Parts: sequence; structure tokens; C-alpha cells
Amino acid sequence: MPDAAQHPRLSLRNLSKSFGGTRALRGVDLDVLPGEAHGLLGENGSGKSTLIKILAGFHEPDSGELLVDGEPVRLPLSTGQFRELGMSFVHQDLGLVESLSVLENLRVAEIASSRSRFGISWRSERARARETFERYGVRLDPSATVAALKPVERALLAIVRAIEEIRSVGRGHGLLILDEPTVFLPKEGVERLFSLVRDAAAAGTSILFVSHDLDEVREITDRVTVLRDGAVVGTVVTAETSETQFVEMIIGRQLAALGEVHHADLTEKAVGVAVEGLTGASVHDVSFEMHEGEVVGLTGLLGSGFEDVPHLLYGSRQAAAGLLTLRGIPIDLTRLQPAGAIEAGLALIPADRKTDGSVASLPVDENVALSVLDRYFNGAVLDRRRMRRETGQLMREFDVRPNDPSMPYGALSGGNQQKALLAKWFQTEPRLLLLDEPTQGVDVGARQQIYELIRTAAKERGMHVLCASSDYEQLASLCDRVLVFGRGRVWRELVGADVTKERIIEQSYAAMAAEVAGVVA
Amino acid sequence: MSDETAAPARERARPLVADLAERYALLVAWGITCVIFAILRPDTFMTTSNFTTIFGSQAILVVLTLALLVPLTAGDYDLSVAATMGLSAMTLAITNVNHHWSIWAAILAALAVGLAVGFVNGALVVLLDIDSLIATLGTSTFIAGVILWISNSQTISGISDQLINVVVVDRFLGIPLEFYYGIALGLIMLYVFEFMPVGRRLLFVGRGRSVARLSGIRVSRLRWGALVASGLISAFAGVLYTGTLGSADPTSSLSFLLPAFAAAFLGATTIMPGRFNPIGSIAAVYFLVTGITGLQLLGVQTFVQQLFYGGALVLAVALSQFARRRDARAAS
Repeated sequence: MPDAAQHPRLSLRNLSKSFGGTRALRGVDLDVLPGEAHGLLGENGSGKSTLIKILAGFHEPDSGELLVDGEPVRLPLSTGQFRELGMSFVHQDLGLVESLSVLENLRVAEIASSRSRFGISWRSERARARETFERYGVRLDPSATVAALKPVERALLAIVRAIEEIRSVGRGHGLLILDEPTVFLPKEGVERLFSLVRDAAAAGTSILFVSHDLDEVREITDRVTVLRDGAVVGTVVTAETSETQFVEMIIGRQLAALGEVHHADLTEKAVGVAVEGLTGASVHDVSFEMHEGEVVGLTGLLGSGFEDVPHLLYGSRQAAAGLLTLRGIPIDLTRLQPAGAIEAGLALIPADRKTDGSVASLPVDENVALSVLDRYFNGAVLDRRRMRRETGQLMREFDVRPNDPSMPYGALSGGNQQKALLAKWFQTEPRLLLLDEPTQGVDVGARQQIYELIRTAAKERGMHVLCASSDYEQLASLCDRVLVFGRGRVWRELVGADVTKERIIEQSYAAMAAEVAGVVA
Repeated sequence: MSDETAAPARERARPLVADLAERYALLVAWGITCVIFAILRPDTFMTTSNFTTIFGSQAILVVLTLALLVPLTAGDYDLSVAATMGLSAMTLAITNVNHHWSIWAAILAALAVGLAVGFVNGALVVLLDIDSLIATLGTSTFIAGVILWISNSQTISGISDQLINVVVVDRFLGIPLEFYYGIALGLIMLYVFEFMPVGRRLLFVGRGRSVARLSGIRVSRLRWGALVASGLISAFAGVLYTGTLGSADPTSSLSFLLPAFAAAFLGATTIMPGRFNPIGSIAAVYFLVTGITGLQLLGVQTFVQQLFYGGALVLAVALSQFARRRDARAAS
């Protein structure tokens, strides 16, 4: 438990940093107490990542002081100096080598630095690794390759390795910095990860937890510091702060309607989309209908099959059986390809923006215009000036900032990248929009905008929207109707007033319990 | 996560001058090379005949480099371009000289062979999902064997004068016509790459295959098409080669492979840095050849050619890595 009488494990005083003319950090103060789990919250661009990168020795601050256990440390830190100071980082990408074994990954620092050791005794190393994992209550096979691990197990491995690294320095209990480690984890994985983090904190290690996810920060941290526009908005005790207060601190204004969405019961409206007998991947014989202008959520626990539905309907994963009827036209899903799906009036916004959604090194306008390239071909040449101009207009409409169509797509923040992708697909005027985890890695403010854009399109253009997500809060604020999956089938349908975060969670777990009992019909 | 507001500032912080300098660095280097050799060997280097030789003699390499650009843009390697060029040249010579086909029929046969090679490469890469590097390494070696087989390892000479005339003998502004064929092809490719939707699609196929597929682009068809195009253009290079030499020999074409790669990668560092582009590639070919010709005029031995091309390939890739890393930093 935090003990304010001691020196803080980490103190930052008046930390400032500018990039060109932009001030990324302005006079930031931060104290992380021994054994405390301290959250760092803020929108994209609020300065979180700059602060972390200064601690990692990647950026040089313009001014400021750093104290570790009360002792001043000269800034800037050199690269890797954080290790000697008893700090350890776990980043979003975890830093594991997939093709190597768990054991090799666990001992990578030691192996890299072993100068005088000739023969590594893999047998005793394996035994040591088993002991280590046991100590942390983590069940991992040291000889398994990392590629074969589930995302949760990888995250656990990365955290165990980080804590072990702190120990090996022998400088007290150290500071573990978790930089968005849960973004790609299913909800139940986050639980396992949190119990590991709680144990570490109970043993005296301080935790700095950087995240977008308000729920997670509220669950795991003792205190939270909120950044906005590079400055500290405040440091508060988590248990004494409400969700609304947090959100207002983060975005700096009152939030219009978080969770107050009107869930219309549209089941009386005309049926525009029908899916019959969809089978493929982990989905078995799923049928459902969608009404005009309806936003339907698909959810469940990971592995329940909901996550495969968008790709099966889009033809990017081949279905074994299934028929999609859109605007009265039947489409055989066993033979559908993405190109055909787009012609039929579908659009898919994939979960992984980096590999499936966009090419980061190419300009925004080329990425956005890709879906409608032929519109800019006047029979002789591609009118690139018009492409740039019209993409610029579209970016304004979708509030993509900065509004510069010529900049590389990768230079946009997560939220703006996703808004640009919405722009890309809304241009094709889809009748059925498929969303796969649409706000992964998107900050609170942009998230609200994205919900609004989607809901408006559904309402005004009569677009059918299908959203597969494991973010229950998102489903509650976005969807009119939610289908909860269990064992590859639709387990429950929640409509209207039933569409609440609590009901969705309850039914997702109920579906799993039913699955375990083997009673899903 | 990015420093949202900082990124565009950094973008703009990169001055226009630096951008221009990067874009035209190769042309400047070319100019400097010319000046140096002009000072060192004013009597031989700075002559019209030297420059017409430089421009005329390298049209084949220009066309072969352009052939390579198509699959490279689509993200695939084609190591068989030089062998295809040799097979096309040999097909032309055998049908024209040994079987007395008319020169036009022989040219059509040569081009058809190129199409066939491209089609097979595409089938291996797309249908059997073999890595293009390995697939075309295999077909390249296979074709080299076929050339030796059908030619009995003999050089075949006596090509119709008609072809030789329209390739090297006839001149415009003192430069053999083949130079203009290369330039024309470069301009056509510039148009296709930059001003037609298919060029954009090809670029996305090369940079993000999954993005392209999910955006409705028929990725397999485009990759296949790119390899067919490189086969056809390589065969065209073979036609020019036969026309230049007046004969076809079974082995010399293979030595064009590395220079073509060097020019393609060096070309990607200029005009449109970071992208394989036809104009940059043409500039790269002439830069490399000017350097080599100058050194040979200074009396350096012929091995300098290999030193130059090998060095240029590695240097070009190193430069483009450097540019990519910098762009990635600006984008993160």
C-alpha cells in the first residue's frame, strides 16, 4: 500500500518539452509512491507518450528535475539508463520475439549480456523459469514458442520479465511502467494481467499505468494523474473520483451524452439485411436480420465467434455456408470476395488499422481515395488535384485533424486515423457497414465523435451498421440491439432498454457458463 | 500513440530546400560526375560521340530496369528479367535466321515467349503461393538452361537488317532510335503509375497487401499482371538487344540483372524518393553508365563496372532505408 511518509519512488518536477513550436509537456509534476499503482490518463497528444519516452531516455526534456527514491538524477537520461534506476517498461507491442521460446524471451537480457558463459544449461534454465513462473502464479511452458501463446499469456510473460529485470538490478522494489499493455487483450485476459500487477504492487513495486481505458485505470490504480495539452489537470485518488469527473478532466469539457443514448427499438422497421445459416471459422449456423437504420452489436467473450462475423460477411474470410440478402439481392457467402462485397454495397472497417486499414507511409488522400479511385479518373488521367481537394473537404466533414491530405497517414493520431477510415468508406455509401472493434486505441473524445458519425449515418441514410466489439461500454452507447454470442451461436438478443453495459456483460458470461455446462441450444 | 500536435509541426519543419535537394540529388551528382570527367579527359569525354554512345548503348538496360519496376512496385521481385531478355533474343534469332521467319513474325514470337514466362512466374507466385524471389530465381536458371539448349550454346548471327536499322542505325538528333524507345516506355509507365487508377492500386498492393485486398482490389490478379508485364517488357529488351548486336548469344544477357536492380533501387532515391519510379530509374541508369564510361576513359580496367554496379546497389538500398526510417520517425 502507498506510504506517503517515504520518499516517492519517482518524482518529476516541472518537466517541459517542446517539438518545434509545439509544447508537448508544460511544467509537469508527477509523484509515484512506493507500492502505488498510479494511472496516467489523457487523450492522444496530451503528452503521455512524451513523458514515457523521456523516462526511457528517448527524448531529451527542455527543463525539469527527476528524483528517484528522493535522490536527484541528472536529466536527460541516457538510453537504457532506466534499468539502473530500477525502472522497467512494458509497451503495447510487448517486445517479445515470436519465433523464440518463452524461456529465451524471459532470459533475453541475461543471454545478451553473458560474456563469460560458454555452455548455457538449458535444463537448469528451464527449471529456474518454471520456479519463476510459479512464484508469480503464472502457468507458462518455458519451452513453448511465443508465437503459440495466446495474447494474454504473452502479456503475462512480458510483465513477469519486466518485474524480474527490476529484481536483478537489486535497487529496491523499482517502478514498473505499463504503457497500454491491454489494448489488444480480451476482457478476461485483462483480469489475469491485473491480478499479476496487483501482486507486484503488494510486494512493494510501484506501477505507472498508462492507458486509454478509463474502466481499467479505475479498477487497477490507487491514484491517477490526468494530462491535457501537455499540462497536469490534476492528481486524484481513484476511489474518490467518479467516471464523469474523470472524463471531464480528460477532455476538458462536459460530455454530452455518455451512456444516455436513446436506444430505439427499430425492429418494426423494414428488414434490409438478412443473414441465413452463416457457418465458418468459429461460427455455426447463425441467422439474424437487420432493420433499416439499425446499429446492431455483436459481442460475447473472445472465442465465442462474434469476432469472425464481419470478415465472413465481407468475404475476406471464406464461409463454409451462408447466405446474405442485401436490398433483396442474395449473396452466396461461400464464394464472396471483398471486391464483390464492395460492389454489393458492403464496407468493412477492420480492427487492425496498421496492417489492414491503411498504409502509414502513404499520404492521407491516397489512403482515403483508394475506395473510390475510379471516380477521379476522367478517362485520360487521374485527377489528383481534385482528389486532394475533395479528400480535404471530406476530412473537414469528419473532423480529421490536422486537415492536411498530403501528410503521411501514419502521422495522424489513432482517433484521427479512424475518422479518416470512416471517411474512406462512407464515400462508397455502403448499405451495410461492418465494424470490427471500431475504437481500439482511440481516445475518449474521438470515440464520441466516431459514435456520432456512425449513428447519424444510420439514422439519416438508413445505413445498416454491424459492430463486432468486446468493449461493452461502446456497445451500450452505440447500438440499438446487441446479439450476444456463445459457442459460435447467438445466445441472447438484447433490445432497447436492455442494451446496457451491465446486461451485456451479464449475458456474455452467462453464454460462457452455458457453454461450459453444454446447454447452448 | 503519437504526439498529435507535434507531428505536423515537424513535417513542416523539414524545409522545402531539403526536400528538393533529396529529390534532385542524383541529377546533381550526375552533373558533378560529368564535370569531373570533362576536366580530366576533355578530349574524349566531352565529345558528342561519347554522349551519343552513352545514351544509345544503354537503352537495353533502361528497358530492362523499367520491366523490373512493375513487380517491384507490386511488392514482388522478378529475378528472371535478364534471362527472359536472353530467351527473347535467342527466340528472335533462331526463328529469323534458322527458320527464315519474317522479322516481324520473329519479333512477335519473341514477345510471346516473354508473355509466357511472365504467365508462368505469375502462376507460381499467385497460385502456388511461392515467394517471388525463389520462384523467379528458379525460372531464371531454368530459362538460362533452355537458352543454351535451343541455341546449342552457339551465338546466332545474321539478323535481318530491318531490325538493326530501326534500333541502332537510324538516328534522331544523332542518337540511335533505341534511346527514344526507352524514353517512350518510361513515359508510358509514368502515366500508368501516376495517372491511372491501376497504378495507385499497384502501389497499395506493394505497400499493404491486406489493405488492398480489404479495399476491394483484386490483389492476385494485379500481382500476376505485374509479372506478365515484366515478362513482356523484358522480351522487348531482348528484341532491342538482338537489334543492337545483330546477333544473339546464349549467356551475355544474364550480366544485365544486377545493373537493372541497381538502377531500380537507385532510381527510387530520386525524383519521387521512396517510390520506384520510371523517370528516376532512367536517370539512375545514365548516372551509373556515365560514371563507368568516364572511369574506363581514364584507363581503369573493366572490372570497375562490377565494382560500380555492386556498390551502387548496396548504397542505393542503404539510402532508401535511411529515408524510410526517417519518414517512419516523422510518422510516429
